[in-house]
Amino acid sequence: MADEHKHVDEVSGVETTGHEWDGIRELNNPMPRWWLYSFYATIIWAIGYAIAYPSWPMLTEATRGVLGYSSRAEVTAELSDAKAAQAGNVERIASDKIEDIMADPELRQFAISAGASAFKVNCAQCHGSGAAGGKGFPNLNDDEWLWGGKPEEIYQTIAHGIRHAGDGETRVSEMPAFGDMLAPEEIRATAAYVASLTGTPSSPALVEPGKQVFADNCASCHGADAKGSREFGAPNLADAIWLKGEGEQAIIDQMRLPKHGVMPAWLQRIGDPVVKELAIFVHSLGGGE
Amino acid sequence: MLHQPAHKAGSVERLEAEPVNAARQRRPLYEKRRKIFPKRAEGRFRRFKWLVMLVTLSIYYLTPWIRWDRGAHAPDQAVLIDLGARRFYFFFIEIWPQEFFFVAGLLVMAGFGLFLVTSAVGRAWCGYACPQTVWVDLFLVIERFIEGDRNARMRLDAGPWTLDKIRKRVAKHSIWLVIGVVTGGAWIFYFADAPTLLKSFVALQAAPAAYMTVATLTATTYVFGGLMREQVCTYMCPWPRIQAAMLDENSLVVTYKDWRGETRSRHAKKAAAAGEAVGDCVDCNACVAVCPMGIDIRDGQQLECITCALCIDACDGVMDKLGRERGLISYATLSDYAANMALATNGGATAIDTRRVRGANGAFVDGIRHFDWRIIFRPRVLVYFGIWVLVGLGLLYALVSRDRLELNVLHDRNPQYVVESDGSVRNGYMIKLLNMIPEQRRITLTLEGMPSAQMRIAGQGDGRSFLVAIDPDKVTSLKVFVTIPKAKLPEAEQGFSFKAEDPSSHERDVYRANFNQPAAAK
Repeated sequence: MADEHKHVDEVSGVETTGHEWDGIRELNNPMPRWWLYSFYATIIWAIGYAIAYPSWPMLTEATRGVLGYSSRAEVTAELSDAKAAQAGNVERIASDKIEDIMADPELRQFAISAGASAFKVNCAQCHGSGAAGGKGFPNLNDDEWLWGGKPEEIYQTIAHGIRHAGDGETRVSEMPAFGDMLAPEEIRATAAYVASLTGTPSSPALVEPGKQVFADNCASCHGADAKGSREFGAPNLADAIWLKGEGEQAIIDQMRLPKHGVMPAWLQRIGDPVVKELAIFVHSLGGGE
Repeated sequence: MLHQPAHKAGSVERLEAEPVNAARQRRPLYEKRRKIFPKRAEGRFRRFKWLVMLVTLSIYYLTPWIRWDRGAHAPDQAVLIDLGARRFYFFFIEIWPQEFFFVAGLLVMAGFGLFLVTSAVGRAWCGYACPQTVWVDLFLVIERFIEGDRNARMRLDAGPWTLDKIRKRVAKHSIWLVIGVVTGGAWIFYFADAPTLLKSFVALQAAPAAYMTVATLTATTYVFGGLMREQVCTYMCPWPRIQAAMLDENSLVVTYKDWRGETRSRHAKKAAAAGEAVGDCVDCNACVAVCPMGIDIRDGQQLECITCALCIDACDGVMDKLGRERGLISYATLSDYAANMALATNGGATAIDTRRVRGANGAFVDGIRHFDWRIIFRPRVLVYFGIWVLVGLGLLYALVSRDRLELNVLHDRNPQYVVESDGSVRNGYMIKLLNMIPEQRRITLTLEGMPSAQMRIAGQGDGRSFLVAIDPDKVTSLKVFVTIPKAKLPEAEQGFSFKAEDPSSHERDVYRANFNQPAAAK
């Protein structure tokens, strides 16, 4: 530094680096020593890091680092740790009956949480993320159950599905296509009668003949009082909930050419403990019996 | 230079001490740091600093070991920051995460307290209470104990590496490291039950975070307190820069009174006999030798000065020996200093002449201004104090009036409502009951408003009021369904409230809730 030819800035009294641009000179102020040492420390750290951890990109993969660390392996380890932590509860859910699980508040809460997460993966596609369903897909929050709302009944429905070909225990029923069997006026009259059970029909004159047609053709499944039958998965027609749509036209459409929902059987796919968790979760949504 | 024997100035020993930052000899910026070997000072400020050191270090090291019984459901450590459980305990106060504003408020108070102290008495924080100052002081005690005082240390430092030097250095750095470990160790005890953590820490079974924290704090304590010392204050700390805005001409700062000290002379008697104007300063350098920042206070106000006042002690000692008044270096305001300087220099027309400030009998003339304590109570200081007090009172009010029972309600959004088979409409709510005391409680949860509505809690049936057991010091979650019959749906427009009340203490919290219904039903 003791270069006698070094230019010293007049204003600050600091020597310059000797670089000059159009008369502008650069003051030669040193970095603070602690700053410099910190900078060197980061360089040393970077070298150590590059050796210890994956860092340099090669043609097909990055260098692996001597520690053998990978973020994917870390996730896998965390997942297996989480699984191990849940193992006790999962085992009890596998071995216990649903009613026993529900009698234990802690285990029930675990099942509800697990069921909620399984629901988002497997069920939300049809029933919606809030389990509120939609036209043709039942709302699982309410208190109307086509096939029963007790936890065991819900379990049965989830495990074996509805109209699921290839499962011997699946829930099956089929509503005939009355478009081929009844005259259009009879169908209209029946729809007016069904609508009159919970509201005002479009034509009160049709209610009486419709009631007769209902008794002859529909009551065998939907019941004489139209309150449905869970044996056949026949919906209650005398309440406020309409799976296939509300109003006389929707009733006429369903009578003429009925639509039948299909739900897969889940037992083989996701296993008994998860089906139990789902049943307990669905039961907890507010409509469970 | 360092090895020259000390001269004598009258009965006062003259010390060879060069300030590190003297303006009169500018040093190259690339020059290495000049080591500072502060001499031991004695006097009232030194005694006060020992006391502050004792109190602050005792608070820091011992606080985690104070016990405070809170019953079976909460830890019995008086001061505990339980990060895992998100709780902060301070004696009788327990803070939940949402009450963190208390800590923010304390930090605001600390900030304004710092402004207040700085505007009144300058950088008192830097000089007395800053951890950097306190730990450097502690490290210097060790250094002096092993290597001796200033001269011995300078000789040792400049001398060759003998066995004795190695022994002393190893001993010094080992003790420093031990202090570092203890310092870092005390820190972690604030975050877990101290006795339990100590056992597991010694048995090498504590969490890795504990060891890493101790290692980091050991390193910072050792490096900052032992190796870097004054460089932390001069180069790293932003506070010396900020303080300029806090100080004004009426703030008390450590001041060398040129107007009485100059012209300084090592041969005062001879000069006085020759009829020259001689000041009180005998240029003994005692003030420079004791300075932990290595500066010369006689150069005036400097960024490096932490106002530790050790130069005052040193100078007072010298003045006592010489039989002159104390206070050649003392706490003074810059306005007093400027007025006295004007007097001594005849308004800047001449050099300092002490004959203008001293009468024939040797006493100061009447025109000399002395510190008037009333200047402390000037608007700037009072405003800081007022804000500080207001924040404190606000916090105190918040603390006294805060609830220990809280009700949080999350209205279900998916689905927003459910139509039941009988046409009634149901809404779901997740209710969280915060029991913020470490005792089991039974509270009533009541639905108020919407007279036809019914509330349902899983396993408890329907009703409009339930008795709910809530766990000590925990959040209890409840899924609650509220249903309105079809015929009464217009009631939903009114909305309603959930009320949680402790029947024994009548502590309560009310949450105003909405009720959603299908658009067609409106």
